[in-house]
Amino acid sequence: MKSAAERAKLPPADVPRDGPNLTGEELETKLSTTWSNPPGFVGWLSSVDHKDIGRRYVITALVFLALAGVLAIAMRLQLARPDNDLIGAARYNEIFTMHGTTMMFLFAVPVMQGMQIYLTPLMIGTRSNAFPRLNAFSYWMYLAGGLLLWIAFVLNVGPDIGWFAYPPLSGPQFGVGKRVDIWAQMITFTEVAALAAAVSQTATLHKHKAPGMSLARMPIFVWATLVTSLMVIFSMPSVALASGMLLSDRLVGTHFYNPAERGDALLWQHLFWFFGHPEVYIIFLPATGFVSEIVATFSRRSIVMYPIVVMSLVATGILAFGLWVHHMFATGLPRIGYSFYTAASMSVAIPTGLQIFCWIATLWEGRPQLKVPLLYVIGFIFTFVIGGLTGVMIAAVPLDLQLHDTYFIVAHFHYVLIGGAVFPLLGAITYWFPKATGRLMSETLGKIAFWMIFLGFQLAFFPMHIAGIYGMPRRVYTYPAGMGLELPNMLSTLGSLVVSAAVLLFVVNLVISARSGRRAAPNPWDAPSLEWATSCPPPPYNFPHIPLVSSRTPLWDAGEKLPVVYGLRVEDRELVLTTVMSAKPDVREPSPEPSPWPLIGTVATTAMFVCSIFSPWAVLVGVVPVALALTAWFWPKSPAPEREPVIS
Amino acid sequence: MRHEPKFTDDLSALPTHAFSFRSLTWWGIIAFMVIEGAFFALAMAAYFFLMAQEQEWAPRPWSPPDLLAGTLFTAVMLLSEVPNTMIKKAANAYDVAAVRKLLPVMSAIGLLLVIIRGFEFNSLNVLWYDNAYGSIIWALLFLHTTHIVTDWGDTLVLWQLMKTPHGEDPRRLVDTDENALYWRFVWLTWLPIYVLIYWVPRLFR
Repeated sequence: MKSAAERAKLPPADVPRDGPNLTGEELETKLSTTWSNPPGFVGWLSSVDHKDIGRRYVITALVFLALAGVLAIAMRLQLARPDNDLIGAARYNEIFTMHGTTMMFLFAVPVMQGMQIYLTPLMIGTRSNAFPRLNAFSYWMYLAGGLLLWIAFVLNVGPDIGWFAYPPLSGPQFGVGKRVDIWAQMITFTEVAALAAAVSQTATLHKHKAPGMSLARMPIFVWATLVTSLMVIFSMPSVALASGMLLSDRLVGTHFYNPAERGDALLWQHLFWFFGHPEVYIIFLPATGFVSEIVATFSRRSIVMYPIVVMSLVATGILAFGLWVHHMFATGLPRIGYSFYTAASMSVAIPTGLQIFCWIATLWEGRPQLKVPLLYVIGFIFTFVIGGLTGVMIAAVPLDLQLHDTYFIVAHFHYVLIGGAVFPLLGAITYWFPKATGRLMSETLGKIAFWMIFLGFQLAFFPMHIAGIYGMPRRVYTYPAGMGLELPNMLSTLGSLVVSAAVLLFVVNLVISARSGRRAAPNPWDAPSLEWATSCPPPPYNFPHIPLVSSRTPLWDAGEKLPVVYGLRVEDRELVLTTVMSAKPDVREPSPEPSPWPLIGTVATTAMFVCSIFSPWAVLVGVVPVALALTAWFWPKSPAPEREPVIS
Repeated sequence: MRHEPKFTDDLSALPTHAFSFRSLTWWGIIAFMVIEGAFFALAMAAYFFLMAQEQEWAPRPWSPPDLLAGTLFTAVMLLSEVPNTMIKKAANAYDVAAVRKLLPVMSAIGLLLVIIRGFEFNSLNVLWYDNAYGSIIWALLFLHTTHIVTDWGDTLVLWQLMKTPHGEDPRRLVDTDENALYWRFVWLTWLPIYVLIYWVPRLFR
């Protein structure tokens, strides 16, 4: 056998490679065999294809959206009239906790990561993402965490302490039983999932870009993905540490949050919001990425002032880490703290405002086509500006102290999160639906659903500003008559019913269009970015040949023929790594084959996490199967190294 | 429309492995270092936040941790960088024989450190449930222990792998190089934690 030094100097093996001599149907048949999942159910469970993982993420997140939406309707029905007794106080506590927790941890962040996992490898012109098994592990962990929370809720041990679980309410003294532990351990699951996906994305976007796609040529959605992935990496450890400390206070008697033993309940708030505020931007920035892509395509021109948009994304990502204390104005702060965090909170409006001006300028300079995705963008700009402005209002401490914990805040963050993230998401689903399914969504149903969602949303959430100014607190299961709260609450309830009917219509459109929608050409919108260079839906290997990029709008500039590089193996999974800044081809990299071990690793980790709700010893015992599963995951399956590397 | 290809550059002569930032796994490892570094930084921030609740640190009647075990641990940790650097250089020079000789040494050092760590827990002079000071001291030491045990496990697995014919695969030498990089991170993060656990409670009495 050859030594490692000799192996390192070997010329490439003479094996089939894509190129002028192997192209077209013959190439695609070979690539298809190499990159397809193994057959059967086990093959389905073993998939590491980013398109499968991304699709699973998005569909699962939409199911959680529907579940949390049902809870929202339950709350609105309870609040429709004063002194209503449809839902009792204790159950109401569980419902608003489950609603917020599900929306933030099981819908908003995962759905954005799912879209990113599906789209970014296609947009940067590669066959797969980095560490695809880690990506698969990420999805299974997310699913396990979601199931833990919802099975607990169905079994009547769901959490009831609000989505941010402040101690001492969530501590061992007041949060009796296992409700809080289940919430905290769900956090661990979803954070592991989000971090795993973020690591995969970060490596993908640094090293997998198609040759020529320098940083300055990356699509803006890809920039948004890079910024949010880095934000996940820096922020999520905070909530994982905080919830770990909460679990240990509850399980083994530590005193991190116990003032009686010199701990501090506010430590929780700092750690939680150091994660919680960036999380808002982790949800919002991908949505701005959707907006940039949709605006460019439907304006028929590239985005105006690309560098400003990119720098705004980066600036927002950095500023997001300096704002968390504005969630804590009512806890009492030093005066300088008030000033600093007010200024920081207001300053984040600047990069966001710049982006909005760039989109408006692009629409102004272009020839906008008012298709459904662009309607959602316009709905987004209108709604998000209102939410942003109320955000600037409550960045001012005196007003915040008046409005803290009232329905004004509920109105504000729904304007920001639904207007700022869900509207662009619905536009993005409509926009990329043909890419994923090969069919277009119905424009007519799409337009009806848009107007119902847009108007229903305003009806549901604008009156909450009024209810909040009248003094209606959040998280109360009812309110007395005669305080002027009847009308805004009834309007909100009616609006929420309109929104749910509209979402139902959106789903009906999805189902009908997936089955019998108009067939989509590879580039139905005549868009400029690389995901539209391949067929709809894309084959398992994404691209027959890897594109060579020489501009920000490669498909608009390509002409009849698309420049490609060639020479990658086709009978083993192989892709090209490029340099970070200028994306020069650097290394041929084997890509991992499908494997059941990420799922088995998840089962082992789930056993450890769930049992550790009940006993700390579960961590010591449970770590053994986890270590064995991870070792089996990485261990090469062939007896000796191949002539050219394969990750089996 | 779907575009016809226009063939430009042939990539078949590119290498199939590379060290340092040219390697994909290097980026993954750096990302995990940042995640773990964020954990440590936030735990240290929590330490100072809780410290602000007390008039003195360690709060009386608790004594600061005994120095012997922690200092011995630190010394062994720092010395371990010698064989660690040797492994890293051997991996970069494709010297599989040297890597195969040195990995058991690093595995033994890992075992020794885990044993000393056991004595460290016994020399803290406070229990995690005594007060918030005890809780955060134990938390820092526990977090770093997971770090040590994980890398020790990595090293054991790598040692076994390098004994097989797969050891001759240059990509496994890249793994070895990156395992050595991670070990540097493990001992570098220990240094501020050592100061926080053993020295700050002495200096602020």
